[in-house]
Amino acid sequence: MQVTVVVNGVVVTRDVEPRLLLIHFLRDELGLTGSHWGCDTSNCGACVVWLDETPVKSCTVLTPMADGHRVRTVEGLPADGQLDPVQEGFAQCHGLQCGFCTPGMMMTARWLLDHNPDPSPAEIREAISGQLCRCTGYENIVRSVRWAAKHGPAGPGAGGQEPGVAG
Amino acid sequence: MNGPGGPPQHGFGPVRRKEDARFIRGKGTFVDDVQRPGMLHGAILRSPLAHARIVSVDTAAAEAHPKVEAVITGRMLAEAGLAWMPTLSQDSQAVLATDKVRFQGQEVAFVVARDRYSARDALELIQVEYEPLPCVIDAERALDPAAPVVRDDLPGKTGNRVFDWEAGDAAATDAVFARADVVVSQDMLYPRSHPAPLETCGMVADCDPVTGRLTVWSTTQAPHAHRTLFALIAGLPENKIRVVSPDIGGGFGNKAPIYPGYICTIVGSMRTGRPVKWVEDRSENLMSTAFARDYHMHGEIAATADGRVLGLRARVLADHGAFNATAQPSKYPAGFFHIFTGSYDLQAAHCQVTAVYTNKAPGGVAYSCSFRVTEAVYLVERMMDLLARELGMDPAELRMKNLLRPEQFPYTTPAGWQYDSGDYPRALALAMDIAGYPELRREQAARRARGEYMGIGISFFTEGVGAGPRSHMDMLGLGMADGATLRVHPTGSAVLGVSCQTQGQGHETTFAQIVAHELGMSPDDVEVVHGDTDLTPFGLGTYGSRSTPVSGAAAAVAARKVRDRARIVAGAMLEVSPDDLEWADGRWQVRGDPGKGAAITEIAMAAHSSLELPPGVEGHLDAEAVYNPPNLTFPFGAYICVTDVDPGTGQVSVRRFIAVDDCGVRINPMIVEGQVHGGLADGVGMALMQVIAFDTDGNCLGGSFMDYLLPTSVECPSWELGQTVTPSPHHPIGAKGVGESATVGSPPAIVNSVLDALAPFGVRHADMPLTPANVWCAVQGRPVRTDLAIP
Repeated sequence: MQVTVVVNGVVVTRDVEPRLLLIHFLRDELGLTGSHWGCDTSNCGACVVWLDETPVKSCTVLTPMADGHRVRTVEGLPADGQLDPVQEGFAQCHGLQCGFCTPGMMMTARWLLDHNPDPSPAEIREAISGQLCRCTGYENIVRSVRWAAKHGPAGPGAGGQEPGVAG
Repeated sequence: MNGPGGPPQHGFGPVRRKEDARFIRGKGTFVDDVQRPGMLHGAILRSPLAHARIVSVDTAAAEAHPKVEAVITGRMLAEAGLAWMPTLSQDSQAVLATDKVRFQGQEVAFVVARDRYSARDALELIQVEYEPLPCVIDAERALDPAAPVVRDDLPGKTGNRVFDWEAGDAAATDAVFARADVVVSQDMLYPRSHPAPLETCGMVADCDPVTGRLTVWSTTQAPHAHRTLFALIAGLPENKIRVVSPDIGGGFGNKAPIYPGYICTIVGSMRTGRPVKWVEDRSENLMSTAFARDYHMHGEIAATADGRVLGLRARVLADHGAFNATAQPSKYPAGFFHIFTGSYDLQAAHCQVTAVYTNKAPGGVAYSCSFRVTEAVYLVERMMDLLARELGMDPAELRMKNLLRPEQFPYTTPAGWQYDSGDYPRALALAMDIAGYPELRREQAARRARGEYMGIGISFFTEGVGAGPRSHMDMLGLGMADGATLRVHPTGSAVLGVSCQTQGQGHETTFAQIVAHELGMSPDDVEVVHGDTDLTPFGLGTYGSRSTPVSGAAAAVAARKVRDRARIVAGAMLEVSPDDLEWADGRWQVRGDPGKGAAITEIAMAAHSSLELPPGVEGHLDAEAVYNPPNLTFPFGAYICVTDVDPGTGQVSVRRFIAVDDCGVRINPMIVEGQVHGGLADGVGMALMQVIAFDTDGNCLGGSFMDYLLPTSVECPSWELGQTVTPSPHHPIGAKGVGESATVGSPPAIVNSVLDALAPFGVRHADMPLTPANVWCAVQGRPVRTDLAIP
C-alpha cells in the first residue's frame, strides 16, 4: 500500500507492505539508521521517535499508522542547523557509552523539556523509565537532561552548523 | 570527589569523548546499519523443544518461496564438514542440529531471502518432525545416574559431567577448620542471568566469489580472535578474512564467543555469492547466546570466636548448558573463581568445581564477570555477612578486622594469586565515611522500633583483570597478549592501531590520552583505529576488563618506543648527543639548557626530512609493541548499599549506594565513573530483578524483556562515588582494569542489605533475584529456588 509520511519535515511517499514496522520503514526504506531496534516488545525504547508530537516506540507502530502524520527522528533533532541542547548535554555529561539507546533517550528528553522546561531529577527518571540503557546506570542521562534544561531552548551555539537531513 | 586522586598528569583527565559526536547525531554505524549492494537477509529456525531427536527436516516449501535464495540445514553443513564448530572451551557445538536438539532455541535451519520479512516468512514453511526426549534442566539432578545424557554425540559419554576442577590446599583447609571456634556454612545460587546488550548479535558477511576474500561486519568484542576462529572452522586462509567490528551496542561478554548464526551467515554468503545480513531478535539473543553465572555454590567459613577468619571452603556445581562454550583462558575451566578468598587475610582455602551439561543454552562466562570473579566475590561476601551474624559482630567491623593490610602487598593468596597492590582499610573507611555508617545504624535501629525495615549491606571486592600473562593464559591456544602500532605523521599528529574493541568504553578517547600522555601531545591529535583486522595488530579483544591493562599498556609501550627514537632524531636536530637530552614538559630538551629542545611535532617532521641521522636510524618515528602482561591487575573497592524493604509486599527499594573504587591511575575519571555507574545498575538488576529461569520441560521463562526484567531509571538511585588511587606497580602507567568492578562488587552489597533488613524475621539467606515474590516467600520462612518455575 502507499503511505505518505512527513519525516523530519520532508514529505516521503512509498509503497510498503501493510505489516512493515515503522522502525524498519525509517531504517531500511529511508536509511535513517539513527533510530535503533532493540527488543520487539516496546520495553527498551531504542526505537523511540515522535509520531506528530508524541514519542512512540516505532517497533510496535505499523507504517500505515503513520500515513498522513509527521515523524521526527534523531536526525531531525537539530533545529536551524544547531544541535539540540539535549544532544549537547549528552556529550557534555557523558550521558552515553555505546550510543545505542541514545537517540531514543534524546527524543524523549526533548519531549519532556518541551512540556517541562525545568524538570527535577525525579521527573527526568520518570520520563525515561520506559526505556533501557545498559551502560550508564542512568545517572549521567539525568545530568545530561538537566544540562539541556539549563542551556535550552536556543542551545549554546557550540555545536556548529549541521548538514541538511534527507528523507 | 572524595579521596586523593594523585597529581594531574599531562593528557589524563575528564576530557569529553571523541565518540560522542557521531552518536548524538544518530550517525553511529552498528552492524544492522551496514548495507551492501545486493545484500540478502538471513533468519534462523530454532528448536521449540529442549531435547528431541530430529526425525526429518522438510525445506521444500521454504525453498519454493519466491523470495528465498537458499535454505541451509544441518545435513547440508555436515556434507561440508561445518555442522559442528569448536567452542572457546574446546568442546564442540552444533552450528545447525543434525541428530538432536539439546536446548530450546537451538539452531536448526537457516534461510536466506531477499528481505528480512520474507526470511522470517520462510521459516514458517519449514517442517521439522521432532521426537521429544526427557530433558535435564535442574543442574542438581544432572549427575543422577538416571538423568538423560545430554551429549551422547561425544564418544563414550555416558553422563553429564563436564569437568571436575579444584584449587587451594584441601588438607591445610581441613586443618584450620578443625581448630576453628566457629564454622558457618550456606548454600547459595548465583542464578542464570544474561548480559542483554541493547544491540543483539548479528553479522553482515560478504564473500567475494572472484577473489575468495571474506569480509564480515560482526558484533564481536574480539575481532582478531574471531578471524582466527573463522579460519580454523571454515578452512579459509586467514589472509583472506577481514573482520570489521563497527560500532557495538554494548557487549558485556555477550559478544566474545562465536555463535552458530555467524557461521550460517558466512555459509549463506558463500552459497549465494552475495552479501548476507543476519541480526537476531531479542528472544533469540536471550534464549540462545551466552548466558552468565548459573553457579550453585556451597560455602563454609571458619573463624575464631573473636572474629579472625581462618579458612574458606567452596563447593560449586556449575551449569554449563548443552555445550561447554564458556569463554575463559583455557587452563582455567572455572575461570578465576579461585580468587574466592577475596580481600581477606586467611590461612587456608580450598574450592572444588564440578561442571555439568543440561538441556539449556550454552555459555556461563559473560556479563562483566571477570571470568567468574563475580561468583567468587558473591560467595565470600555473603559468607562474611553470615559469619558476622553468627558472631554478633558488625559486618563492617568483621571486614575491617580481616582485610589484607597495605604492608602485605604484593600478597599471594592461598589459591596462588599474587595481588599487585592495595590499601583496603582506607577504601572501606572512606566508603563508611561517605555513607555516614554509624548514623545509618542508629537510623536503622530507630526505624526497626517503628516496624520499618531498612537494610545496610557491605561488600568489599578484589578483582583480577587484564589477562594474560600469555604463558598460562590463552584462548584456544592464542596467548593473551595484545599489539599496538603507532604511526606519527610528518606534521606531528598520530594514528594508534589497537586490537581491542570498544563497546562503549570510550577507547577512542582514553587510548588517545595514553599516547598524548607519553608524547606530550594533545589527545585531539591522536586518532585511534580499532575494530578492523586489516588495519590493526593482533590481540585478543575486549572482555575481562583487559583493554586498559593489556592494550592500553601496549599503546604506552609503543609510545615510549616512539619517544626513544625521537630522542635520537632530536639529538641530530639539535646537534647534541642524545645522552644529553632529557624528557621534560612533554619534549626532549638539552639537560641544563631547557630553552633548547624539540617537541614531538617538530621531531616528527625532522624524522621524515632529509636531515642526516646517526647510523642505524632509518627515519620516521613509527613503532609497534606487543604487550605480554607479567600479571593481572587487581582493582578493588568498598561498596555500601542502603535498602528499604516492605515485608508485607516483598518490595525492595535501593535508597542509597556508595561505591569507592580503586582502579589505580585513572586515565579519564569521567569515563571511569561512567563504567562504575553502569556496573552498579547491573548489580541492581542481578540482585533484584534478572533471572533466566526454566520450567521442567526446559521452556525458557526469560525469553523477552517482558519476562527478563532489567533495571530502569526508577529502580536505580543516584550513585554516590568515591575513589582511592593505588597504582599497579607493574602496569606501564599504573592503571588497572575497571570495566567490571561494579558488576562484580555490587550484587553482594545489595543482597547483604536486603538480608540485613530482614534479620528481625530470622531470614538468614535468600537467593537472587530478590523479587517481591521471592522476598515475600523468604519472610514467610520458605525461600524458593529462583531458577526454576514456581511449581
